[in-house]
Amino acid sequence: MTSNIRLIARLDIKGPNLIKGIHLEGLRIIGDPNVYARKYYDSGIDEIIYMDTVASLYGRNNLSDIVKKTVKDVYVPITVGGGIRSIDDVKFLLRCGAEKVAINTAATKNPELIKEVSRKFGSQCMVLSIEAKRKDNGWEVYTENGRQKTGLDVMDWVKIGEENEAGEILLTSVDNEGTKKGFDFELIKKVSESVSIPVIASGGMGEHEHLNKVVNESSADAVAMADILHYERSSIEDIRRYCIKNNINVREYE
Amino acid sequence: MNKISIIDYGLCNLYNVSNALDYLKVKVEIIEKPEDVTNATHLILPGVGAFKNGMRGLKIRNLIEPIKEHIDKDKPFLGICLGMQMMLSKSYEFGEISGLDIIDGEVVKIPQINNTGEAHKIPHIGWNKIIYKEDKLMNGQNNKSSMYFVHSYKAECKNEESVLAHTLYNDVKITAIIKSKNAYGCQFHPEKSGNYGLRLLNEFIKL
Repeated sequence: MTSNIRLIARLDIKGPNLIKGIHLEGLRIIGDPNVYARKYYDSGIDEIIYMDTVASLYGRNNLSDIVKKTVKDVYVPITVGGGIRSIDDVKFLLRCGAEKVAINTAATKNPELIKEVSRKFGSQCMVLSIEAKRKDNGWEVYTENGRQKTGLDVMDWVKIGEENEAGEILLTSVDNEGTKKGFDFELIKKVSESVSIPVIASGGMGEHEHLNKVVNESSADAVAMADILHYERSSIEDIRRYCIKNNINVREYE
Repeated sequence: MNKISIIDYGLCNLYNVSNALDYLKVKVEIIEKPEDVTNATHLILPGVGAFKNGMRGLKIRNLIEPIKEHIDKDKPFLGICLGMQMMLSKSYEFGEISGLDIIDGEVVKIPQINNTGEAHKIPHIGWNKIIYKEDKLMNGQNNKSSMYFVHSYKAECKNEESVLAHTLYNDVKITAIIKSKNAYGCQFHPEKSGNYGLRLLNEFIKL
């Protein structure tokens, strides 16, 4: 018997809007994030991730109002990412009702921040967000929605993240994100097998079969989904039914 | 109407617990002084982070004795996550540290491998079904009740009677709810466990 995998809705935000892009760029407005979060909660989502896609433009995360509103009627864990650079930023977002924070850019500049957040708020709160792009022999860590190279190798970086006590890893394939072609299965598998903390697969979920593959072949512990839900190509109910039918353990939800 | 007092001892995210109680239309106060603990009818001790920091937070605010008195008087008490773990005698997180010692038992690291020898991920994060005994706190729960867990350490009670519910992480048994009279502790986060979690909080309010 294996543990339940987590079904997570990922909501990328620009200003007040839920948006969706391809390869994390070319953004299209979808609607009011609170409406979508509530809808996903009502249909049994396990967690929600809010990602501020323009945070770096403003130099800070701008999701506090959205989070405050969401937690008034959504009672599942909410992770907030984008532009989080300090302990004070984390404290502020937790006060707004976030359960965890996802940190990418600031961690690549100062890996010690991962440990500081972990020690201060608990490792369960510290999600290391990684934007991975394929290179000749492996993957490179990117920031700024896949625009900025860091020179870091993903396989080295996940070990550093784990050593610095990250609680889990949100692993987004920039190449596959928004393409509906499936996850970067090789990337997810390599990372998941090399760390002992949970890995959330993100980027590319286009059909149910992708979920099966990323869980059973790539050993993902959780699956982040975006446009498959936003554009109603499937629903959380259908995905849950698919999982049960295919012997993928998920939370039972009535 | 009962008022719920949430203990603020410096290291936890109180917002989500108080938010869930607001949703249940109950009066909530955040307290940190010993006299406020003494005057409370229903106490909630939330908490995330390390055991040692949690106990230190309670100690420097002189909250340990009034919490124990509250429980000795059979007044309703709910520890959540670290708050639950601190109800036990001691923990082995970063060395051996004494707890509130309300329930005989200890807090130990979740084994890195399950009973069949396979490695599994720590922390344990996710939704797990709870297997529970009859109790007034469990009104409204059923055989689908799943709760949101996130932890690297688990509670081991000396007496089986102290365990009201457990769950299985892979095949490793995890204590989910502990109980001594009107004092309860849950390893999972009821405030983040959807309707089942809200139902459990609602039953606590009614105690």
